[in-house]
Parts: sequence; C-alpha cells; structure tokens
Amino acid sequence: MKRIFATLALIAAAGPALACETVTTGSLEVSRAWSRASIGTARPGVVYLTIRNSGTADDALISITTPAADMPMLHQTVMTDGIASMPHAMEVPVPAGGQVALEPGGYHAMLMDLTQVLKEGETFPVTLTFRDAGEVTIPVTVQNIGASAPTCTSPDE
Amino acid sequence: MRSATLLRGFAMAAAAVAFMLSVGWWQTRDRAQDTAGVLPLPIDRMSFTLMDQDGKTVEPQDWLGRPTMVFFGFTWCPDICPTTLSDISGWLETLGPQADQMNTVLISVDPERDTPEILGDYLSNFDPRITGLTGSLPQIKAAAKGFRATYRKVPAEEGDYTMDHTAGVFLFDADGRFANIIDYHEDPRYAVPKITRIIK
Ligand SMILES: [Cu+2]
Repeated sequence: MKRIFATLALIAAAGPALACETVTTGSLEVSRAWSRASIGTARPGVVYLTIRNSGTADDALISITTPAADMPMLHQTVMTDGIASMPHAMEVPVPAGGQVALEPGGYHAMLMDLTQVLKEGETFPVTLTFRDAGEVTIPVTVQNIGASAPTCTSPDE
Repeated sequence: MRSATLLRGFAMAAAAVAFMLSVGWWQTRDRAQDTAGVLPLPIDRMSFTLMDQDGKTVEPQDWLGRPTMVFFGFTWCPDICPTTLSDISGWLETLGPQADQMNTVLISVDPERDTPEILGDYLSNFDPRITGLTGSLPQIKAAAKGFRATYRKVPAEEGDYTMDHTAGVFLFDADGRFANIIDYHEDPRYAVPKITRIIK
C-alpha cells in the first residue's frame, strides 16, 4: 500500500506518466521495465521490471541479454546485519499465480560493460529468457539517475 | 593400542579445535572493521581526514555544531546507492530549509574509483546539500571505523569488483552524539521524524 502511494507520488512529481509496454510469453506477463540514466559507460547500469505468472506452473527468469551491455547478469541485493551485498542470482523464481519484481534493493538485472550511454527518456530492448516460457523482449525506459520507481502506469494501478 | 589410537585421535581433535579457535580469534582481531552491532563513536571522538567533491579537506570536527547525517556508498553501485541518494534527496526536500543547517554526507567506500571529480559529477544529480567525501584507503578505513561501518571489496568478472558496505544512514545531533540509524529504504514516514529529532 505504502509503495503504491510512493509510486503515485512519484508519478505526480514526474508529470505525465509514460505508458510502458507490457509483453507476454506463455502465461508470463512482463511490465514496468525501467532503468536509470548512466554517466558514461564505465559504471554498470541496471534494469528493473515486474513479471506476473498467471499460469499454474512455477517458472524462473534464468538470463537476460541486451545490445546495451556486453555482460548483463542477474543479481540480488541482500541485507545482512545492515550490510548490503549483491550476489549473482542463478535464477529469479516466478511462482505460479504470483509475481516477482526486479526492484531497487532486491533482484535486479545488472548491466556490466555498457555499450552505450543510457540517456534519460530513451528506451533500449532487453531479452529475458525463462526456464519454461522461453524468450521475450521488452523495451526498457531510461529514467533519471535519481529515480527509484517506474514512472509508467500499468493497467492495475 | 586401541586406547593409544583413541588418545591420539583426541589429541588431534583438541589441537584442531585450538587451531580453529586461534584462527577465529585472529580473524576477529584482525577485522577491525567487523564491529556490527556496536554503536558509532561520537563525532568528536572520530579521527580521519577526507576530501570533498570540491577538493576541500574535511575532518569530523568540522561537523560539530550542526546535526549530521552520514552514509557509506560508492558511485559504481547501480542499485542501492542511487536509491539511498534519491531517498535522502526526498527527505531533504520534505524537510525544506530546516535541512540547510545539516551536514549531509556520503563517504565513498571505493576511493580507488571515486575521485572528488567523479563524486561531484555523480552527486550533481541529487540534492545539492549532499556532500561527497573520498580519500586514501587508510583514511576511508579510519572513517568507517569511527562509524562502526563495514565494507569489503568483492571481485567480479574480468578484474572488475563491487563493494559490500553498511547501508544504513547514521544520524548525529549537533553535539556530535550518535542519535539513530535510518535503515536502507526506510519508509519516509519514519525516516523524516528521525531527522527532525536531530535538528531540534
Ligand atoms: Cu547488481
């Protein structure tokens, strides 16, 4: 609930909301894909998105690729005794009938070796590979470097 | 024969335990940074010299007389550091001019990459009241020690690396006494009053 408020506040602050695309593969729906603008290409970039599974079988996101980075990988930020670490995630589970969010402070796609500067307002494609549902490509919206939630609206909000 | 073997087994086990204990003791002693659960020192008892994004030297004593908010991070961090900086920018915005009287400080745990120029470039995307500090490795270590903060370099692919680090935001009153910690991504409804309490 409080997250929804925060998101709404952000949308209000950011002016007109961008209509982010929603894509599907099998019973999976991927939406709200966003990233932060980069300063140059030396630092890693990041991608966040939401995956919803309307099916009756569990699935998992197992890899990502994008022309925007040579070495994209899945990470999970973990807090242990107040210390943040960012281990590699072998997969991101997408439970049957549930959803999973790649979001700040949790799972995220980390874009190592950017091939281009990520500029605010632009989009770049990311292809997700699921264990069972196969591949799907979604355009990712680049937001401000200080953004902490997607400015796009999705049908349920 | 049998008891001799047993005895020898016991002796070896005892030696192994003693060895592990001594290694454990050594690790605990050596990891001066590993002080999770211990409160930060008061600012007037901290000792380090760092440099801000404008190249100006900063010592903890410079903060005394104003409430202080400090967190550790690095600009190569794509996930939680921008989130924390954006949270802090939001809190400062909520507090408005009240927050002008505060020291709001990011200390880099990655001084090898975070030069003052790079910090300045990066921080220009956030609230201008946030000061970025960097310095030599020993000085960063001394700073972290004062806050009882920890950080660690973690090797990644192709000689690259990332940093594990304490993610909370430390709050001190104007006298430099430690007041509170704001946890990573804490709800602004709790975070902002914590800051208000050190301002008053
Ligand atoms: Cu990561």
